Amino acid sequence: MSSVYRKELRSYFCNMQGAVFAGFLLLITGIMSSLYNFKGLYPSFESSLAETGFIFLLIVPVLTMKILAEERHQRTDQLLYSLPLKVSAVVLGKYLALLTVFLVPVAIMSFYPLILSMYGEVSLVSAYSTIVGFVLMGGALLAIGMFISSVTESQVIAAVLTFGSMLAIYLMSAISNLIPATAQGTLGAFSVCCVLAGLIVWVMTKDVWVGATAGIVLEAITVFCYFNFTESFAGLFAKVLDKLSVFDRFYLFATGMFDLSAVVYYLSVIVFCLFLCVQSVEKKRYS
Amino acid sequence: MIEVKDLVKSYGGHKAVRGISFTVESGKIYGFLGPNGAGKSTTMNIICGTLASTSGSVTINGHDIYAEPIEAKKCIGYLPEIPPLYTDMTPAEYLDFVGRAKGLRGAELAEQIEEVMELTDIANVRSRLIKNLSKGYKQRVGIAQAMLGDPEIIILDEPTVGLDPIQIIEIRELIRSLGKKHTVILSSHILTEISEVCDHVIIISHGKIVANDKLSDLEEKYTSDGVLELQLKCSAKEMETLAESLAKLAEDCETFVEKDGTCRIMLKYLRANDIRSAVYSQVCKSGITMLAMIPHEKTLEDIFLSLTSDDAVADETVDEKNDVADAASADEDTDSNKDDGDDYKPLFG
Repeated sequence: MSSVYRKELRSYFCNMQGAVFAGFLLLITGIMSSLYNFKGLYPSFESSLAETGFIFLLIVPVLTMKILAEERHQRTDQLLYSLPLKVSAVVLGKYLALLTVFLVPVAIMSFYPLILSMYGEVSLVSAYSTIVGFVLMGGALLAIGMFISSVTESQVIAAVLTFGSMLAIYLMSAISNLIPATAQGTLGAFSVCCVLAGLIVWVMTKDVWVGATAGIVLEAITVFCYFNFTESFAGLFAKVLDKLSVFDRFYLFATGMFDLSAVVYYLSVIVFCLFLCVQSVEKKRYS
Repeated sequence: MIEVKDLVKSYGGHKAVRGISFTVESGKIYGFLGPNGAGKSTTMNIICGTLASTSGSVTINGHDIYAEPIEAKKCIGYLPEIPPLYTDMTPAEYLDFVGRAKGLRGAELAEQIEEVMELTDIANVRSRLIKNLSKGYKQRVGIAQAMLGDPEIIILDEPTVGLDPIQIIEIRELIRSLGKKHTVILSSHILTEISEVCDHVIIISHGKIVANDKLSDLEEKYTSDGVLELQLKCSAKEMETLAESLAKLAEDCETFVEKDGTCRIMLKYLRANDIRSAVYSQVCKSGITMLAMIPHEKTLEDIFLSLTSDDAVADETVDEKNDVADAASADEDTDSNKDDGDDYKPLFG
């Protein structure tokens, strides 16, 4: 694992990619911080960090697009498979390198609250807990991006897919407001999800019948729930989306709350995506 | 050392490998021979664990490649068909990464990197980016990578493709020297390469093994008959009478009249029974001037062509042994084809 980690890290910092990423992140947080904290004379670094959240839409695709797609494209994945390394070690090594690249600008950012505190009263605890939230959210989004990079061979497709996913995640709570809070509206929304799930299964297994069966079974469960628990069905979809919203949980940190369930949530997203990533890489050997 | 049993790999409906079994003993250089698309690379990828087989098993030094992949992979150094190089690294950095991944650390790592660089002659380009290196150097970096960690088995998939003749000779030299310390499996569709470097040949065609033998045995087995060509200066009629008397000595006899007025007789004979002196005295007796007597022996090329021709593998329902027998009988066809043309140009090599 350490060998892959070292290699990835070297590649990020020899290729300017890491430096450009760090510089960009620092630039945006710097702008936000100077606007809110220095120009606006507002002592809370967490609110400027919360405003910086959208940055992940741009930086996650840039950072993760090549991490596994490029290996497949250059056929260097054959080397990784033939070396005495576990796939999980390869994936973990790469992810840790990704996280390290992300942590470098965050470490620099950690000085901002201290600088601010030189000029007035700053709640360091809430500032640093927001930075922790920022790191956790970044880690979760990077894990999602890495998984997407593992399903395709092309960096461009990986980047576009990752950007699309990041956008969907970013707008998730906005989307949830669009869905009527009635039981019928929820049923409709869940049905669309069932069809999508069926399509994804179809694409992944290349078998129409397996996909159709998966879709129909999921739809049947939804309809069953709809008729039996109609009352609690109302507004359920919006609730689920709200619960799954990656960004909303981060904004909670910015309001000064250290939400342990958010920590658990982010960690589970990371573990789940890395698990999917390992499976997707393993699957390549079987096709 | 390596035991491959009933390996099958299918991609959707297409079967790339259909039941390959063989064993590899230590200390030899094995040649994997077959036309493009025969399943060589697929088989090698499965042996090295970079591809999963549909069915069948691969055991390396007693470690199953699926059950104990780490132990099995530690015994192997692999160079895939396209050298898996990180082009934005220098050879030194690249070898450092591979060495670490193979579990080498500290002084041992540095020592081994120096050693393989020395052996593959890449020390002079150690700090240039791999993407700026020539194809030959890239290939060597790939081989160096396979040699790191001193694995018992080194598997090279078409290591000389795309190299210039001098580089090819150098790489062959290198492979031969590797064979002294390691077991080497080498795939190629170039016959001269296999015959120059390998001790043992495995010929694959259409995803099946059609021959698996020592190089010398293979030659002996399939080149039991030869063809003796006589070029004569005489009329067609004189030739016919001579041919009649010669036919008794040979297995088969064919006559040709050339455009420039000379005549040609092709005599097929068993190599165990040398007929050359008898033929010579017969020709002398007839008083015809003999311009040349040329013995044609079957080369590895002919064996390869006949074994991998579509006729030989057409009858796929028959088991492997019968396939080989079929191939042997198909020899004659290829032979006569060959004799029709004056200049037989090798298709391979």
